Amino acid sequence: MALVTDAGTEPVRYLKFKTRWHWAETLFWLATLLPFFLFPDYLQLASQIAITALFALSLDLILGYAGIVSLGHAAFFGTAAYAAGIFSKMVWGEPFTGLIVGTAAAALLGYASSFIIARFRHLALIMITLGMGLLLQQAANSAGWLTGGSDGLQGIEIWPLLGHFEFDLWGYTAYAYSLIALFIVFLGVRRLINSPFGLALRGIRENAVRMPAIGAPSRKHIRSIYTLSAAIAGLAGALLAQTTQTVALDALGFQRSADVLIMVVLGGAGRLYGGLIGTIVYMIAHDQFSGIAPQYWYFWIGLLLIAVVMFLPNGILGGLQAATAWLQNRWSKR
Amino acid sequence: MIASALKTSGLSKSFGSLSVARDIALDLPVGGRYALIGPNGAGKTTLINLMTGMLRPDAGQIVLGGDDITALEPQDRVRKGLARTFQINTLFPGLNALEAVTLAVAERRGVSNQFWRNIAEYRESIDEAYEILAKLRLGDDCYQPTRELPYGRQRLLEIALALATKPKVLLLDEPAAGVPHEESGEIFEVVAGLSDELTLLFIEHDMHVVFRFASHIIVLVGGAIYTEGTPAEIAADPGVREVYLGKRHHG
Amino acid sequence: MLPPVFGVLFDGLAYGMLLFLLSVGLSVTLGLMNFVNLAHCAFAMVGGYVTVLLVNHYGWPFLWTLPLAFLVPAILSVGFERVFYRRFYGKSDLDQVLLTIGIAFVSVAAAAWFFGTTQQPIQTPEVLRGSFHVLGLDIAPYRLFLIAVGGAITLALVGGLEYTRFGAQVRAAVDNQRMASGLGINVERTFAITFAVGSGLAGLGGALAIEIVGLDPNFSFTYLIYVLIVVAVGGLGSIGGSLAAAVLIGVSDIAGKYYVPQLGAFLIYLVMLAILMWRPSGLFGRR
Repeated sequence: MALVTDAGTEPVRYLKFKTRWHWAETLFWLATLLPFFLFPDYLQLASQIAITALFALSLDLILGYAGIVSLGHAAFFGTAAYAAGIFSKMVWGEPFTGLIVGTAAAALLGYASSFIIARFRHLALIMITLGMGLLLQQAANSAGWLTGGSDGLQGIEIWPLLGHFEFDLWGYTAYAYSLIALFIVFLGVRRLINSPFGLALRGIRENAVRMPAIGAPSRKHIRSIYTLSAAIAGLAGALLAQTTQTVALDALGFQRSADVLIMVVLGGAGRLYGGLIGTIVYMIAHDQFSGIAPQYWYFWIGLLLIAVVMFLPNGILGGLQAATAWLQNRWSKR
Repeated sequence: MIASALKTSGLSKSFGSLSVARDIALDLPVGGRYALIGPNGAGKTTLINLMTGMLRPDAGQIVLGGDDITALEPQDRVRKGLARTFQINTLFPGLNALEAVTLAVAERRGVSNQFWRNIAEYRESIDEAYEILAKLRLGDDCYQPTRELPYGRQRLLEIALALATKPKVLLLDEPAAGVPHEESGEIFEVVAGLSDELTLLFIEHDMHVVFRFASHIIVLVGGAIYTEGTPAEIAADPGVREVYLGKRHHG
Repeated sequence: MLPPVFGVLFDGLAYGMLLFLLSVGLSVTLGLMNFVNLAHCAFAMVGGYVTVLLVNHYGWPFLWTLPLAFLVPAILSVGFERVFYRRFYGKSDLDQVLLTIGIAFVSVAAAAWFFGTTQQPIQTPEVLRGSFHVLGLDIAPYRLFLIAVGGAITLALVGGLEYTRFGAQVRAAVDNQRMASGLGINVERTFAITFAVGSGLAGLGGALAIEIVGLDPNFSFTYLIYVLIVVAVGGLGSIGGSLAAAVLIGVSDIAGKYYVPQLGAFLIYLVMLAILMWRPSGLFGRR
């Protein structure tokens, strides 16, 4: 018998409980403030991590929630970076408007490509995302008059935030800027995941064939989330252009798309915090081992990927979840 | 004159030289309990795929109620009231039954594109979903991930998902497929308990079930309708025995 | 005197044959087991390095290394299939992509460790070097050799598929795996053998590629992209499709770089996107 209280029936309360804000989340976000106090020398790195985490969050939306494997997501990141950079050179260096321009450029590109993306699955989809990313990178390379080609976009000057906070070498402003952007977007994404739309996305990921059979307009859902994901990736790209005041071709490249894919999978796709955790672990490790020649880095990353996919298929968060479940099981049997 | 719930005329489909549906014409009256039988490979599931829009026919027309749905996408046909279940469980393994049925209800209610409110605020959808599950005796299991449910309960969830779309016509593809005989009774009780206004077409191999629930039987052989009639007529038809029942008898 | 377009076509055809050798294995195994093997070009790279090792360190003549460039990756692939790939047959696209990218990364690092990061030149036999002048075009005998090898392999593959029992089993398994195993065909063994042959051909391609495009540890990824394009455009599980797509891509790439160099590799991405959008299963694909 379902219990009816003010808070709703049992199923309603169950779903409310499942989507509640967890104390560990508060801990996580408080911890993101630590670099200001404990690691002031690493604030530039911290701001890069926040930006990449935002990018990873955007990829998780389509990968972990809608099940779209994209090998070209950096196309949106890079497009926005270039848009924001070019905007600051040609119009003015006000940061917030630059962010809007970058995000809008990526969103537009995302909207246009969503019509193509939504029609394909499996290999064709992977190839199309790959092809579009490569195409864009080639185009940026060729359009040297606009993008600076292989030299990158030079001469970006960003005005101080709110007219007051300069982007200094230490990175205080950069990290605060990036972290606040990340947090605000995260809250929005969290809300979306726990909404009916979020449930629909999970439906598409769990069984794309069943969705039309329950009356779901899957393609429309996919177009919406793909556009949103592109916009968020774009926001991250614009942030990069503004905080580092340079943009290079690698912002659009396959390497960047592959790296962020690895970060999401490492942390655990489809788990909201997976992309964030994966990014933090990957980038800190990369920073610590940055002295090593690139091919040796890729040796360990390769091994890591193989290990994760064989033993930790749901990433770090999935592994933690399994470990706590196992521990709880043992505890209750003692 | 009883209204027609679902009608097809001249429905045909071939893959190269292989003809999987040949000029199929059927007319389901509202409230009808029709069974579709035939040997393996006769094209029964193909017919359902054609009617639901998963396959495009080469020729023919499909009319639901009074509307021509031949050109409609599958999800639009569901919105017009045509639902189906799958012979092989096509569920959402990582979602629990409550989430899955709530999703279906939310899609029907047109709120599935709302992304700014927590799902728990959609009490009516959730309660409706729970009601459907409870009626199918899945209430207690509804919090478990679908992949952990026993096979028989998963078959019931198949039906629950279809019912959540509030269909006018329900196509059941071997609803008790793979379910051990002792448990299949539960599934058919559920089927029997469905509203009289709901039109049913079910594919079935078990003749006891067919004769018990169907008011009318269509026999499909080689992609074409061999014959149709009341259970008594079909049971007496020697051709059907030969083509289908006879084989079952010896098997 | 022939116009330069024939030179472009000839070079494109040779390049296409190379791409065909590199890609045909992936196309067939993808079509057979639906397994996305992004480490395919790592096997090609192994073949290339086998040849480099034998020619530069042991003084073998180039042509004699080719059978080993085929065999070593083939045997290696059997090992990988047993240890890793077998566990991932039913798994998601993403899992397969990640596993095989991981293997490819490791291969790049291993190659850099053993052979260094620079390109490895080798000595090709006298008869294949240089070029001769015919009808106003510069014909390189090496490219002629490539076309000949490509043609011979194509005939061997098509003949093998059409006229041998094993070939029939492969065709059945590509067409309908469940039905094939129901008919008593050992699909796993069929796959293992096909996979070995495909990897071997890739290795052969890798060895032959040294003279045309050079060999360095990044080969695993640089050519993976081309191979994926050929496979996607040609259609999974189709030898004819791989050949057609490889020649199409080869000619497009050479032509693009010759006639509109600013566009660079642009052209083949456009060609791929256009074809995939028109026919998502590729030119000759099934699903």
